[in-house]
Amino acid sequence: MSATGHDNGDDHGHDEGHHHHKETFVTKYIFSQDHKMIAKQYLITGVLIMGFIGIAMSLMFRMQIAWPAESFMIFEALLGDKWAPEGVMDADIYLALVTMHGTIMVFFVLTAGLSGTFSNLLIPLQIGARDMASGFLNMVSFWLFFLSCVIMVMSLFVEAGPAAAGWTIYPPLSALPMAQPGSGMGMTLWLVSMAIFIASSLLGSLNYIVTVINLRTKGMSMTRLPLTIWAFFVTAVIGVISFPVLLSAALLLIMDRSFGTSFFLSDIFIQGEVLHYQGGSPVLYEHLFWFLGHPEVYIVLLPALGITSEVMSTNARKPIFGYRAMIASILAIAFLSTIVWGHHMFISGMNPFLGSVFTFTTLLIAIPSAVKAFNYITTLWKGNLQLNPAMLFSIGLVSTFITGGLTGIILGDSTLDINVHDTYFVVAHFHLVMGISALYGLFAGVYHWFPKMFEGRLMNKNLGYVHFWITAVCAYGVFFPMHFVGMAGVPRRYYENTAFPMFDELTDVQVLMTVFALIAGAAQLVFVYNFVSSIFSKHIGPKNPWKSNTLEWTAEVKHIHGNWDGPIPEVHRWAYDYSKVDENDEYIIPGQDFVPQTVPMKDGEEQLHH
Amino acid sequence: MTTLLIFIVLVLVFIAIWQMTKIFELSQLKSEQAQIANDTDNKNNGYMLFAFMVFTYLITIFSFWKYTKILLPEASSAHGADYDNLMFWSFLIIFIVQFITQFLLHYFGYKYRGKEGNKALYYADNDRLEFIWTIIPVIVLAGLILWGLYAWTNIMDVNDEDDPLIVELYAQQFNWTARYGGTDNVLGGANVRMIDIDKANVLGLDEADSYSSDDVIVKELHLPVGRKVNFFFRSQDVLHSAYMPHFRAQMNCVPGMITEFSFTPITTTADIRKNPDVIDKVNRTNKIRAEKAAAGLENQEPWEYDYILLCNKICGKSHYNMQMKIIVETQEEYDAWIKTQQTFGQTMASME
Repeated sequence: MSATGHDNGDDHGHDEGHHHHKETFVTKYIFSQDHKMIAKQYLITGVLIMGFIGIAMSLMFRMQIAWPAESFMIFEALLGDKWAPEGVMDADIYLALVTMHGTIMVFFVLTAGLSGTFSNLLIPLQIGARDMASGFLNMVSFWLFFLSCVIMVMSLFVEAGPAAAGWTIYPPLSALPMAQPGSGMGMTLWLVSMAIFIASSLLGSLNYIVTVINLRTKGMSMTRLPLTIWAFFVTAVIGVISFPVLLSAALLLIMDRSFGTSFFLSDIFIQGEVLHYQGGSPVLYEHLFWFLGHPEVYIVLLPALGITSEVMSTNARKPIFGYRAMIASILAIAFLSTIVWGHHMFISGMNPFLGSVFTFTTLLIAIPSAVKAFNYITTLWKGNLQLNPAMLFSIGLVSTFITGGLTGIILGDSTLDINVHDTYFVVAHFHLVMGISALYGLFAGVYHWFPKMFEGRLMNKNLGYVHFWITAVCAYGVFFPMHFVGMAGVPRRYYENTAFPMFDELTDVQVLMTVFALIAGAAQLVFVYNFVSSIFSKHIGPKNPWKSNTLEWTAEVKHIHGNWDGPIPEVHRWAYDYSKVDENDEYIIPGQDFVPQTVPMKDGEEQLHH
Repeated sequence: MTTLLIFIVLVLVFIAIWQMTKIFELSQLKSEQAQIANDTDNKNNGYMLFAFMVFTYLITIFSFWKYTKILLPEASSAHGADYDNLMFWSFLIIFIVQFITQFLLHYFGYKYRGKEGNKALYYADNDRLEFIWTIIPVIVLAGLILWGLYAWTNIMDVNDEDDPLIVELYAQQFNWTARYGGTDNVLGGANVRMIDIDKANVLGLDEADSYSSDDVIVKELHLPVGRKVNFFFRSQDVLHSAYMPHFRAQMNCVPGMITEFSFTPITTTADIRKNPDVIDKVNRTNKIRAEKAAAGLENQEPWEYDYILLCNKICGKSHYNMQMKIIVETQEEYDAWIKTQQTFGQTMASME
């Protein structure tokens, strides 16, 4: 494997010194081709702006569930007279909020925001490359993403309201404008936005793959890559495999909607007339959607796990336990993730035998997930834990990943899924295992690599602690009781639960969850404040604040095109030589508990990985 | 009032955060290392991790203590006992694993909190450990998979053995209709293209089909206790899902397709109302409803426990109120009831 490390130092030798050409405001801040700037653009557009919208929506519909038909000034102010007459939320806009919350959080925040930010920032810096393989495609990828954000946000303002068929937009509900107002112009814009989003995602992913394969610096074999890069790389591969399938589903749906084809529709009688559609099947759409939809879960989660591996190892001052097992688990999860989509469809009407097969593959995926969880725990064992905010978020991720993952054993079992399918139990499960976990990974990444994004500045740690502890308590406060609501039989996406006396006594639980959600939402403002004020902080921290081994900390603190002022560093060891000692029980570098990847092997030093 | 309260809470939270920031800023040393965790931070957050572990256990205990009673009562279908059993064992495994792993995670976070001068153990790999925690999940999951698949195959096997009652559940925005096969227990052919609203043929039955004339179409589902029921599901517009939580039964209704599910109800509505858990639930609920009624809210009359069919797939504006009552009764009661219902043939004749 070591032969795969390319001699980029020489390849790029002629580049040196060319990097200080004159830049205008436009080429530096707007149409930038520099991966560090593009990463920041993704972070601010995807996470801060879209994330704010997505979370604010969830708080609004949580208030409606807890206090049904109650009048709120804030509803009237934000939704207007049409959608919240006298401050009472309308049932159609409730579904629209639920739909847009899901769409924005899954695709815009946790796919583009997470991968876009950290793949762009870290791939070149951690593999020792001057930039992405194609800076231009990278720029195009971001601007397509920006365009899809603009269209998605625009759809919030169309007359009949935005898409409202759930984030999975199952036809026929999403295909027939007469079925609900949201299936008109709002759905058209949703589909257009997603088609552009997919193009953006594909350009980004291809770039990440090519960069990781071709631009690794001398000595950086695949088995010396930090686990972050492995995670981003495999994520990009899954994206390339599965996103085109969503594009085909979206295109066929556009054709059904606009050109009268019958891919997903058949035998429909609505509003007093029979429609001409014949022979299509909504189940086909479900297959196509979940062929992306399930890998999507791992597209969201794997980068977060990669970030956690790196942050945890650095802050534990210990190598990540079971590096090769971690890579094997990532690959196993990636492979299995493409053959488990049917567990979303156990009771869709597909053949029950198929359900058996998907139960089998689904429960298999618990094995590599369990291996990862145990490896994280063992990494903490006998460490010298530096409990920085990033480290706390990483520990928090492992906690929610376990809690949320375990209930997957119930949902992945076709038998048990029968009665909890599409209830709040599912909502609780996936919010913990992919929503909260991925967000924790995202926060860990922001706290940890903030100095790399903003030229050496660090975020305020105390605000970070406040942010973490409030969020951690509230996340469980919201989603732990939610499992019980689901097992009491409450379906998701109900505008209010008052139509069923059997749910009357559950209102208390809903209120409790909503209060926790509101506090958690407020805690995110602490993060925003910390983020913005730290950007403008005058204090520059040390060059390598977390005493980390990876290459990004050897790059210049000031952002320059090309990352390293001099030649690209050469790599001599893996990324996890923390607290390594020689036979005399002395650190390899006296007085320093870490050995950066650029330090050559010492005579007689034992090499575990190469 | 609530709005005001929430508003005040939010304002107070903001003020608290603002003040905290100021204090933190004042207390900070403006050194290069200021924002990097020091021994005090490690100590404080180490203790916090320990406290958080206690919190996760407490919220678990609290939820079980407070919310066990809101869960569904024991299953009222023949396969439901198997379902509940499998659920119980799965949960038991989950809680054992959850207890141990959360303990290790947070306890290690507390125990090994960093201190200047401490040395971490360079421990990168151990094949035996990796093997152990690969093989244990493999064995446990193999057991769960086999048990689950066995139950699944039994539940999903819709067949004609034991003379099942044939019932169609028909979904549309936003209500349910049930159709019985009638005296011949065979459903007549139907398609949305034969719907004739003017003639009240709302399910699109084929009037020429000899099987359809004795079909009985109703808005309340009656089932005889102890007899297997084979359900066939249709939808005329968008996806719906027929969810009967008390029977551990659910199946999507898909336009253009007929889907199936089968179960045997084993407890009558009258009997489930005598279940002590159910009596408690009804009392608690009616207390809440009485309070609401006293506060002037509408539709809060006392509630009698009933089985219910809900829609559990997002279907539009009134998705949250798409329901049908299910009544399980003795064979005699069922026979008496079905006799009073008009057949499709009679309805058509009366329209002529």
